Amino acid sequence: MSTLAILAENINTHYGRSHILRGVSFRVAPGETVSLLGRNGMGKTTLLRTLAGLVRPSSGRVQLNGNDVTLSRASVRSRAGLAIVPEGRGIFPNLTVAENLTFASRTNSKGERPWPLERVYALFPRLSERKHHWGNELSGGEQQMLSIGRALMTSPSIVLLDEATEGLAPKLRDEIWSTVKQITESGIAAIIVDKNLNDLLALADRNTIMAKGEIVFDGSSAALRADEALIHRHLGV
Amino acid sequence: MDLVLIQLLNGVQYGLLIFLAASGLTLVFGIMGVINLSHGSFYMLGAYGALTLTQFTGDIFLSLALGVPLAFVFGFIIEWLFIRHLYDRDHLQQVLLTFALILIFNEAQKILWGSYPHSVPVPGYLQGGIKISQFLSYPYYRVAVAAFCVALALAMMFVIQKTRIGRIIRAGESNREMVEALGIDSRLLFRFVFASGAALAATAGIVAAPLESVYPGIGEPVLIISFVVVVIGGIGSIKGAFVGAILIGVADALGKVYFPAFSSSVVYALMAAVLIARPGGLFGRAA
Repeated sequence: MSTLAILAENINTHYGRSHILRGVSFRVAPGETVSLLGRNGMGKTTLLRTLAGLVRPSSGRVQLNGNDVTLSRASVRSRAGLAIVPEGRGIFPNLTVAENLTFASRTNSKGERPWPLERVYALFPRLSERKHHWGNELSGGEQQMLSIGRALMTSPSIVLLDEATEGLAPKLRDEIWSTVKQITESGIAAIIVDKNLNDLLALADRNTIMAKGEIVFDGSSAALRADEALIHRHLGV
Repeated sequence: MDLVLIQLLNGVQYGLLIFLAASGLTLVFGIMGVINLSHGSFYMLGAYGALTLTQFTGDIFLSLALGVPLAFVFGFIIEWLFIRHLYDRDHLQQVLLTFALILIFNEAQKILWGSYPHSVPVPGYLQGGIKISQFLSYPYYRVAVAAFCVALALAMMFVIQKTRIGRIIRAGESNREMVEALGIDSRLLFRFVFASGAALAATAGIVAAPLESVYPGIGEPVLIISFVVVVIGGIGSIKGAFVGAILIGVADALGKVYFPAFSSSVVYALMAAVLIARPGGLFGRAA
């Protein structure tokens, strides 16, 4: 059995006295695309932030590419191959597009740079056109492209995308999904949180539904599509 | 007219000196989110350090070359011992701890150097001054300090705008969490920034030592005026600290000529005017 890209076991995460994640166990294989679904406030973003090391769990264990990173800081996890495209995009407004992209450019564990600047510009030609613009001069869609491009330049083995298409027009949304598909087809594993169920079902190898800090479904897109009651109960569609 | 010219030159030179102290404060506040009341103490330790080092080296610039790395290391240790425990705490706790540091540093200063004022000599090769008019000249040492401060300001702006560490510092000012999420160890970044801030304040204290007597509490007025500069320039902005410091220096100097009765209020009036017009400061983000 090959080493998992991410393995989280029995994760409990609290914000103050609020118990957000309740014994969550979660796994993603190398190159696998997993959607993380659920209504607002069910713990999806907290799970991503816990996996990324931005929130410390109260208990449980996290492995990244077979290495225990439970006690590791976010920076260590980033250098070990985990990239996050956060909700709100996390663009540095006082850095140019080119500076944002090259900010954390690095090689992977094999010393390779699968996503050099030229390849990111080829993926997002609009970023190339605006490489000298400040981060806060970009539109929402361009900021999203920049956030994804910047994540790719860290040479990740897994990308966590939190609300990657939030606030974007349908055409731009399709463009982002098409790009995400290219990225996952290049062998990078992905965990995607988004509100557009149909888009995710088309993209994901596997889908996970969270409710009240627990995982209540884990299965294929076909299995989820077939269970309308489950969709109605947890996704409110 | 000569008096105004001299005051203007003094104002610019004072502003440049304050810039050194304020730039460290604005970095620590802007990037780390820490209100560091002990910043003025590093200025004081720089001035007293200059006193001791110059007794051995005989030259203020040799003392500077030795004192700045020492201040950096000292700042590094202070961050590791105390400041790093403040990042997840509110501003009140930051104020309490850094105020306690002021008290500790002040007591240490009294134990090590006593309560009497001291003077640090201007190097022999910088004695005298540039003749401005028949009756007035401007001291070479003040010109040298101004030139040094301008060179340091340009070097800092180059580092901030053009180098990798500068990019990290700018990014940290806008989104600390994302810097960490992209693989930069924010603990090391904060330690570096705090130590740099301490070194900058100490640098100001060292080069200022021959300009005025070195006395207990010398850092406290510098702390207050540095906060005014940070507010005027915008939190986290080196360019803002530079412009704010020059404005404050000139306003203070000209205030002493034209409004002697209110001279100490002029800088605060300037700060109030900037806050009304631009609440985030001249180069800061909108408040």
